[in-house]
Amino acid sequence: MSRVLPAEGDLRRVIGDGHAIPDGEVDGLDADALLQLHRDLVLLRTYDERSVVYHRQGRIGTYAIFWNHEAMQAGSVFALDDRDWIFPAYRESAIGLLRGMPISTVLSWWRGHPAGWWNPRDYNVASICVPIATQVPHAVGFAWGSRLKGDDAVALTLFGDGATSEGAFHEGATFAGVMKAPVVLFCNNNQWAISTPLSKQTAAPTLADKAIGYGIPAVRVDGGDVLAVYEATRDAVTRARAGDGPTFIEAVSYRAAPHATADDPSVYIDLERVEEQRENECVGRYERYLKRLGVLTDEHAEAVKAEILELMRAGIAEAEAEPPADPMLVFDHAYADPPPSLLAEQDDLRRILGDG
Amino acid sequence: MAERLLVEAVNDALHVEMARDDSVLVMGEDVGTLGGVFRATAGLQERFGADRCVDTPLAEAGILGTAVGLCMAGWRPVCEMQYDAFSYPALDQLINHVGRYRWRTRGGMSFPLTIRMPYGGGVRAPELHDDSPETYYVHTPGVKVAIPSTPADAKGLLAAAIRDEDPVVVLEPKLHYRTAKEEVPEGEHVVPLGKARIAREGSDLTLVAYGAMVHVALAAAEELDGEASCEVLDLRTLKPLDEDALLESVARTGRAVVVQEAPRVCGFAAEVSAVLAEKAIFDLRGPVIRVTGYDVPYPYWQIEDAYMPSVARVADAVRRVLAA
Repeated sequence: MSRVLPAEGDLRRVIGDGHAIPDGEVDGLDADALLQLHRDLVLLRTYDERSVVYHRQGRIGTYAIFWNHEAMQAGSVFALDDRDWIFPAYRESAIGLLRGMPISTVLSWWRGHPAGWWNPRDYNVASICVPIATQVPHAVGFAWGSRLKGDDAVALTLFGDGATSEGAFHEGATFAGVMKAPVVLFCNNNQWAISTPLSKQTAAPTLADKAIGYGIPAVRVDGGDVLAVYEATRDAVTRARAGDGPTFIEAVSYRAAPHATADDPSVYIDLERVEEQRENECVGRYERYLKRLGVLTDEHAEAVKAEILELMRAGIAEAEAEPPADPMLVFDHAYADPPPSLLAEQDDLRRILGDG
Repeated sequence: MAERLLVEAVNDALHVEMARDDSVLVMGEDVGTLGGVFRATAGLQERFGADRCVDTPLAEAGILGTAVGLCMAGWRPVCEMQYDAFSYPALDQLINHVGRYRWRTRGGMSFPLTIRMPYGGGVRAPELHDDSPETYYVHTPGVKVAIPSTPADAKGLLAAAIRDEDPVVVLEPKLHYRTAKEEVPEGEHVVPLGKARIAREGSDLTLVAYGAMVHVALAAAEELDGEASCEVLDLRTLKPLDEDALLESVARTGRAVVVQEAPRVCGFAAEVSAVLAEKAIFDLRGPVIRVTGYDVPYPYWQIEDAYMPSVARVADAVRRVLAA
């Protein structure tokens, strides 16, 4: 049986602190599964840390950091089947790695190279959504439409606390409730939208309270506890697949890194709180849990880290080895059947570039 | 063939296309049980069920946003925006996603959705029931725009929009929903996107128009009969624009007046004028003049006739071009 512990008020928690709070467990996860989840976390963590380095080296452009969000991303995706779809925001730019997307693809996206734009059908991962919350209705429409087609695919969409202020979230959640869409609305509440704290984002006591208005059940979990995230998402997916409709998950954490590489949070954030978070970051918490459980050894953890660092080295090399993008690609794919005026513009650029 | 009103032709197209392709799904505010506030979707829910003719929440961005997701699940949604100006909340989804998503997937996924709405003024309605928002749509890359003026074209262009692999916005002239009536082909009837129509032949000047303004242009041509021989070119589709038909007509007449109901600045008449300036300058024997709505919010309906391009304003423009 699962043992999911209430801790920090109403936040669900599974992983203890090694002292006063005992460890819980989630049923159905054997040692292999626990280690797979560990690898997922390390993959995302390593991707994120290396990306910041690559940015500083000028090898990728501006990058949205997700350090300490890995538990929310890996834990929620671990509860899905491959046939289920993920609708990410930019904070989850590398979530496709959990579905076998090449590292070079995501790095290419941040390099502004067309090789970074994937076909969602290849991974059941929608495109990275830059405008805030606007992917929520997409996930809802996909989930609703799949059910109408007789498929039992579920959609997971991830967004931040600031996104719950957007009209797109409101309209998407409204549709989700009315259509009983098999969708999981996953809010990673890191308590900051760039420099705007949650207290200036909403007067609601919690973000989970918002779900009540849509007739959607909600649960709050510790966003740094990958097992609590997994367990809550698994329940939500089970409900969705059974035809019981959407669930809102509020995963609470604290942003312990800049919003993006161009951001300096020292002017607005609580640095003590950041320090606390960094000491209790989600990958380390899970590793200590697995070690207490006797599932993870230092050797294994080091081997996983080394293997993924090697994958990152190969990934950036592959992204950098992409041939320069053909300028004529600017005209491709905007239309299935482009208007003649666009074809004329294309001919014009080709002539200017001296290519025909 | 049966005689149908324009709104009945729209309804007929929806019936035919939904019967033809079971992935076509109609959605919008009041489209189901009520059959739409203009009855454009009448009978669809009875015939095809509530899953394929869906009464949605009152949320235009939600309608278009979920339609994007429905496309990803294999549907071809036809979204009704209840009125022209009610579509503005959906511009968020239109600009950010509808026009971009195919490109974003490098052609891997198609978004064959249709957005249809009644548009335009002259119906003595409250504020924001009268707008001509075509420019917003035409200006959005990845989106096509059709505007029928006749019942047969309303059916045929809507059918083409529904079958098109790209997102298409279809603006239906609500003023003519129940005034325009003509023979409309039975069964499947498709008017290809990007093909203009000569609504009236003439030799002295081309009146370029679309949607409700075709009727004003035709009336002006009639009024000027004997004084000037005006050709009326009904563009039917703004994107893709049938430049060949436009240039061919102006090459024959040597003069053009472009009529649009929307405000003037950066309206579609400006695009037509620019095409003529770039490609027909040596065919022109006079300036290209625009007759448009004014650059103001659509006015109180007691004085809306002063805003709308009228026969008198079009005739005045024609005379000015001929005198130049």
